[in-house]
Amino acid sequence: MAIMDIKNFSFTYAGALTPSLKKINLSIKKNSITALIGPSGCGKSTLLRSMNRIHDLYPGNTYDGQILLKNLKNNKMENILDIKKENDFINLRQKVGMIFQKPTPFPMSIFDNVAYGLKLMGLKNKSELKDRVEIALKGSALWEEVKDRLNKPASGLSGGQQQRLCIARAVAVKPEVLLFDEPTSALDPISTGAIEELIVELKKDVSIAIVTHNMQQASRISDFTAFMYLGDLVEFDKTENIFLNPKEKQTEDYITGRFG
Amino acid sequence: MNRLLINKIVLWLSILSALIGLGFLAWILITLFVKGLSSLHFNLFINDLVNGGLRNLIIGQFELAFFASLVGIPLGMVAGIYIQEYGRGRYASLIRDLSDIMVSAPSIVIGAFVYAIAVKPFGGANGYAGVLALSIMMIPIIINTTDSMLSLVPRELREAGIALGASKYKVIFDIVIKAAKVGIMTGILLSFARIVGETAPLLFTSETSSYFNMNLSEAMPSLTVSIYNLANEPEQSSRDLAWAASFILTIIVLTINLTGRFITRKKG
Amino acid sequence: MEKLFQKLSFASASLVLVLLVGIFITLFHTAKPAIDEFGTHFIVEPAWNKEIQLDIPSNQSPTIKETIEDDETIIDEDDEELLNDSDDIIVDEDDEDISNNIKTTKTIFGGLVPIIGTLLTTSIALVFALPISMGIAVFLSQIAPKNIATPVGIAIELLAAIPSIIFGMWGLYYFAPIVANLFGGYQVSLLTAGLVLGVMILPFMAAITRDSMNTTPDVLKESAYALGATKFEVIKDVIFPYSKTGIIGSIILALGRAMGETMAVAFLIGAVYSIPKSITDPTISIPVAMAVNFGEASGLGENSLFYLGLILFVISFVIISIAKFYFLKKKD
Repeated sequence: MAIMDIKNFSFTYAGALTPSLKKINLSIKKNSITALIGPSGCGKSTLLRSMNRIHDLYPGNTYDGQILLKNLKNNKMENILDIKKENDFINLRQKVGMIFQKPTPFPMSIFDNVAYGLKLMGLKNKSELKDRVEIALKGSALWEEVKDRLNKPASGLSGGQQQRLCIARAVAVKPEVLLFDEPTSALDPISTGAIEELIVELKKDVSIAIVTHNMQQASRISDFTAFMYLGDLVEFDKTENIFLNPKEKQTEDYITGRFG
Repeated sequence: MNRLLINKIVLWLSILSALIGLGFLAWILITLFVKGLSSLHFNLFINDLVNGGLRNLIIGQFELAFFASLVGIPLGMVAGIYIQEYGRGRYASLIRDLSDIMVSAPSIVIGAFVYAIAVKPFGGANGYAGVLALSIMMIPIIINTTDSMLSLVPRELREAGIALGASKYKVIFDIVIKAAKVGIMTGILLSFARIVGETAPLLFTSETSSYFNMNLSEAMPSLTVSIYNLANEPEQSSRDLAWAASFILTIIVLTINLTGRFITRKKG
Repeated sequence: MEKLFQKLSFASASLVLVLLVGIFITLFHTAKPAIDEFGTHFIVEPAWNKEIQLDIPSNQSPTIKETIEDDETIIDEDDEELLNDSDDIIVDEDDEDISNNIKTTKTIFGGLVPIIGTLLTTSIALVFALPISMGIAVFLSQIAPKNIATPVGIAIELLAAIPSIIFGMWGLYYFAPIVANLFGGYQVSLLTAGLVLGVMILPFMAAITRDSMNTTPDVLKESAYALGATKFEVIKDVIFPYSKTGIIGSIILALGRAMGETMAVAFLIGAVYSIPKSITDPTISIPVAMAVNFGEASGLGENSLFYLGLILFVISFVIISIAKFYFLKKKD
C-alpha cells in the first residue's frame, strides 16, 4: 500500500538549462524504508526535497507531473504539487517531515526543540507537551541521555545526539512520512550505527525515504531501493534484488563500484 | 643575501607602522586621561553646563542616542531581515548596496537634510530633529550588521524550521535571529557607540543647551556639540571643561564599543 | 501575520531608498535658488559672501563698469540694507529686460575654496595614511602571530571608534603645535587638518586591506614559500596582486569617508575662505563651511550652503559607489 506516489515527475532548478529530474515514477510503501542511491548529481536529494516541497523556499523552479500523498482521513491520494496556500504547506510539512545531513538543533533548550513542532500545531497544555516530548525522545533513543538536562541548550549535545534530537523533533508531531537526507554522512561510525538502528525502529510508525551515498547503509536498512543516475530513475525494486540481482547494467556497474 | 636584507627591512617597516598606529592611539588616550582627569571632579556630574558642569550634556546626549536607537534599531533590523530573508534578487541587492553606501555618507549632509525638513519648518532647534538625524545614521549600520549576521546562519537551520511546518516569519524570529543573536547584539552596541559620539548631525538640528532639558521639542543639551562650542571659547575654564567632557565622552564610547566586542568573543 | 510582516519588512527596507532620494531632493530643492543663480560657475568661483558690482547688460562699454567700480566701496555700505530687505531684489545678472539697473550690487557665493580645501585635505590624508595603513595591514595579516595580531587589531579598530571631535581636540592642542614646529606656518592649516584626517582614516584602510589580504588562499602563499620566497616576496608577488582590487577599493572608500569628515577638520583647518598659498596656510573644506556657517546663513547664503552640501553628497556617493562596485565586490 503506497503512502506516496510519484508520477512522471520532472524538476528543473531556477535558471538551469536541463532538468534535474526526468519523469520519475516511484512509490513509497507504507511502513517501509525506501533508499534513494546514486552518484553525486543524480537527483536523489532533489527528489527527496520535492516530497515536502521545501524547494518552494527558493523561487523560480519549475516542475511537472504529480506527487501524490495519501490523505489518511479519506484514503484519497492528493497531489501535493497543487498546494498553494500557506496553511496547506504547513499541513503538508506536518505530515511529511525531514531530517538533514547536518544536524540542525534550534538555538533553544532540548525540550523546546522537541516541543517546537508541537507548539506550531497549537498544542499548549504543558503536561501534554511534556508527555509528547518524553515519548518522542524515548522513540529516538535519546531520553536516558538528556532527561536530566532538558532545559539545557541543545547545542551542548554531541553530533550524534543532536541528530537524534532532530529525529525526536520530527517524530514528535507524528508525521506519516519521514524524509532523511544523508542523515549520517556527517557523523562518526558509532553514531551512524545508532541512527541506523533508530530508523529501522521508526518504520513501525512512519514511512521512510532515505537518501544515502553509502550503498552499504542502503543495503543494511532499506526495504526498497531506487537507483538514480543523471536525473533518471534507472531501477526501483526490493533492496535485495537491486543489490544481488540488478536488472540494469548501470545499476550493476554502480553497485560493484565501477563508477560513482 | 640582498633579498633577505630587503625582507628584514620590510618586516621592520611594517612593525614600525603598527607601532605608529598604536602610538597615535596611545597619544590620544594619554592626552585625554591627563587633561581630562585633571579637570574632572564630582561636581561635573551634579551641575549643568550653566553652572560649569556636564550633567545636562551627558543626559541629553544619551537621551538623543536612546531615542534614535528606539527608532533606528527596529527599522534597521526589520529592513535587514527583509534583505536577507525575503528579498528576491535585484531590489534586495539594491537596498543592500544603497544601505552600505549610506554607512559612509557624510554626516553633515544628513544634518543639513534634517535641518531642511525638521528644523526650519518647525521654527528652530529641537530634539526630534536630532533624534531623526542620529537614527538616519544608525539605520544603515544596523541593516548591514543584521544582514551579515543573518547570512552566517546556515541554510539548513531555516529549512529545518520550514520542514516542521513553521511559517517564514516564525522561522526568522524563533530560530534565525536567535541563532544570530550575539552578532546582532554586537552590531547594535557598536552602532550605539558610534552615534553617541556624533557631533555633526546634531550641530544644527538639536544643537545644544546649557540648561537641563529633557523635552525633545526644544534644543537638547549635547555633550559633543558643547565640546565644540567650549573649545572655541577663549576662557581657560571652558577649555578645561571641554577636556573633561572629551574624556568622559571617550570613556563612554570606548566602553560600549569594547562591551560589544567582548560579548562576541565570549559567546564566540 | 506572515503577510503582514512581509509587507512591513519590505516597507522598512524601502525606507533606505526613500531616504536617499529624499535627501537628494531636499538638498537639491533647498540649493535650487543658488543653482539657478550661479550655475556651474559656482564650482570655480572663489568668493564667498562677497558683494560685487552687478554687471550692467553686456552691450555697455567696459569703461562704465570701471567707473562704477571706483565707487564700489561707497555704494557697498548703502546697499547692504537694500540687499537685506527682501530676497527678490537680487537681479539675475543675465537679465537684460531691466534697462534701468536699480540694484547695483549683489552678493555672490562660490564653492571653489571649500571644494579645493576638501580635495587637498583628503589628498594629504591619503598620502600620509597609505604607507602606514599598508604597513599595519601587512603586520596584522602576515607577520604578527595570532596572539599579537588580535589585540593589536582591536587596538587599531578602537582608533576608528574614537569620536571625530576628540581628534579635533587632540589635534588642535597637541598635534598642531608639533606640525607647525616641524613645517613652519600656521598651526591651524591645510596640512594639520590633512594629517589628522589621515590618522582618522588609517584604521579604516588598514582593516579593509588586512581583510583583503587575508582572503588570499593559503595554497597560493604556501606554493610561493615552497619555492623559497621570502615573506616580503610572497607579499609583493602573491598577496598584493591577489588583493589588489580590495586594496584599491579601501583607498577609494577611505577617500569617500575623508571627504565628509567634519568635526576634526573644523578644529584644524582654520575656516578661512581663501585658497591656501602654502600647505601650512589655513583654508576651509565643504563640511566645515557648512558647519561653521549654518547658524548665520540665510537666503542665498543658505541656498549656497546646500549647494555645497549637494555637491559633497553627490561626489561622496559616486566615489563610494565606485569603490564598492568596482573594487570591493565580495568574492562569492
